[in-house]
Amino acid sequence: MKVVLRNLTKKFPSRDKKNKKDVVAVDNFDFEIPDGKLIGLLGPSGCGKSTTLNLISGLEKPTDGQIFFGEDDVTRLAPEHRGIGLVFQNYALYPHLTVKQNILFPLENLKGKEKLSKGEMLEKAMEAAKLVQIDELMERKPGELSGGQQQRVAIARALVKRPRVLLLDEPLSNLDARLRLQTREEIKRIQKETGITTIFVTHDQEEAMSISDIIVVMKDGAVQQIGRPQEVYDNPANLFVAKFLGTPPINVFEGQVRDGRLYLGPDAVLPVRGAVQGAVYAGIRPEGFLLRKDGAFCCNLNGVEVMGRDISVVFAHKASLSPTIRAIVGAENLAEISADAGQVRFDLKPDKVILFDKKTGERIRVDMKA
Amino acid sequence: MSNEKMKESRPDDAAKARKVPGDNGRGALHGRKALHGRRAFQGVSWKSGFGSLKGWLYLLPAILFLGVFMVYPLIDVFVYSFEEGYNSASQTYLGTGTYNYSYVLHDPYFLQALKNTFLLVIITVPLSTGIALLISVGLNSIGPLRNLLQTIYFLPYVTNTLAVGLVFMILFKKTPYSDGLVNLLIQWFGGESVDFIDGPYWAKMFVLCFYTIWVVMPFKILILTSALSSVNQDYYRAARVDGTSKFRIFRRITLPMISPMIFYLVITGFIGAFKAYSDAVALFGTDLNGAGMNTIVGYVYDMLYGDSGGYPSYASAAAIILFAIVLTITCINLLISKKNVHY
Repeated sequence: MKVVLRNLTKKFPSRDKKNKKDVVAVDNFDFEIPDGKLIGLLGPSGCGKSTTLNLISGLEKPTDGQIFFGEDDVTRLAPEHRGIGLVFQNYALYPHLTVKQNILFPLENLKGKEKLSKGEMLEKAMEAAKLVQIDELMERKPGELSGGQQQRVAIARALVKRPRVLLLDEPLSNLDARLRLQTREEIKRIQKETGITTIFVTHDQEEAMSISDIIVVMKDGAVQQIGRPQEVYDNPANLFVAKFLGTPPINVFEGQVRDGRLYLGPDAVLPVRGAVQGAVYAGIRPEGFLLRKDGAFCCNLNGVEVMGRDISVVFAHKASLSPTIRAIVGAENLAEISADAGQVRFDLKPDKVILFDKKTGERIRVDMKA
Repeated sequence: MSNEKMKESRPDDAAKARKVPGDNGRGALHGRKALHGRRAFQGVSWKSGFGSLKGWLYLLPAILFLGVFMVYPLIDVFVYSFEEGYNSASQTYLGTGTYNYSYVLHDPYFLQALKNTFLLVIITVPLSTGIALLISVGLNSIGPLRNLLQTIYFLPYVTNTLAVGLVFMILFKKTPYSDGLVNLLIQWFGGESVDFIDGPYWAKMFVLCFYTIWVVMPFKILILTSALSSVNQDYYRAARVDGTSKFRIFRRITLPMISPMIFYLVITGFIGAFKAYSDAVALFGTDLNGAGMNTIVGYVYDMLYGDSGGYPSYASAAAIILFAIVLTITCINLLISKKNVHY
């Protein structure tokens, strides 16, 4: 089921008595979510991603704009008539009911023509439980389950009515690091198996990038960029998106473009072809540094962190906005860095260096190939 | 030195302490207290081996007062109830046995009090809890005026029992000059006026129950509204997304979620209603036996200090019977709650 959001806007009345201006939680969200995809809504807390999810679920009514599921306009429909499954951040499993009763709960609400017999309900519940692999735990209470198992029960409960759209609110935030890895694979698998259009909200960029077919980056209620994860990572639309995606984060420098060259402090690091002149922000991904004895980019070495597969070189540079800069290089380079040298030189990979307008933070597209 | 020696000497002390009680309660308490004091001063090293003694020392003031003012009287009441023909002036009694119980259980005044108390309990506990639940749910689902209404519902709680009784007298009492407000209303609707204070038994019982419910309601509303508002809203949102009807949300989610609080209110409600006394006094005056509206606690009081009083043995027996009833009912409550209360 494709989901279409047309100029979706949600304003909340201001609580501040002096400042009567409404708070815009979602600003003119316009997007067509293709059928059967896994969509990650990504942004820092307070960016409106949860509100967007609530608008799609129908728990909140939009101030303006429309929502379509397929060809149906569901903007004015109550949540229960939209055919959605919703998984809450804290799972909201009824603690006094067993896993089985929890999964059966949505089915028992069905009325009239849709009403199912006891046997049919049990069959559907078992089917959903098998899908998320909790069919062994049906008689337990939620309090006796681990966080990951509770998460699965919540997903089973959301799926048991065969929703048109599955919505997940911060599905992994209550799990520890190891479970998080496991569960995100699991969500991807379940989504693939059922083919249900799934939208999930997260503030963790790694989570969003790793399993989404499409990510939507939001800030202050406004969509910043929509695209496939790798696309957004490689070609961020603005400085915010560039900073938000990637761990370790992108390193930002004060740059100058003069005479067709990009200068970071005194170092002329790359040639620039394009109509740009003067001060810019230059973002360099941690993996964009190449260790070279005669490299153009000269920095003060702070230290080296060994991570096994890679090493992380920590250094400082006058033009950097942050006091330390991090570069990720292959572990085979460890011998080349002498700890007492105090200085380290790099060449930069042109496609990992991104220029941004200093005032607006918008991307400046230039060709920097040597 | 002396940790070893201290440890050795302690069992002796304990043995002494064990020997001392036996003659009579008060002496034993004094003896034990003195022993405690001595041992505390002997304590050289507090850290090694005296940890538990230190703990007991901290508890001593509380234990002492609870012992003197609660445990000792409780045991004493039990003892009194088996002493036949006890004379409080000379502090003598004729013998021991179960005659006091037999007397109380055959006393028509006690049987009346028992009947009144049971009626009061059976009528007021379910009704007050049920109505309080309805009002709390109502309060919880309205936005404006909520605080105002909450305050109004809570007012009876901070009002003096006797003052409330006076108001009820004005509402219900029939005097040569006026029939009372309630009777005026009854007449307005074409009914016959009833004397609620000095009239037929059912009328008096009605007023007593009405009064009791009205007095106990505020506390229940307070507890239930806070219980309701502490239920995580996500449960309701989840239920809404699943299309759960309002009634089903209440029965399958709200009720189980607040069941511990309801259970607490039912238990304390039972105990409170069994101990009812001041309510009856506020409405019908101190001659409750004469009005036929006595309660078990009222009977105990009358046996001690009333016009027919001066019989601590009968009073003790009645009090022990009340205790047995409350204990039984509470046990039954606990058994039922195992199935229906979700913690």
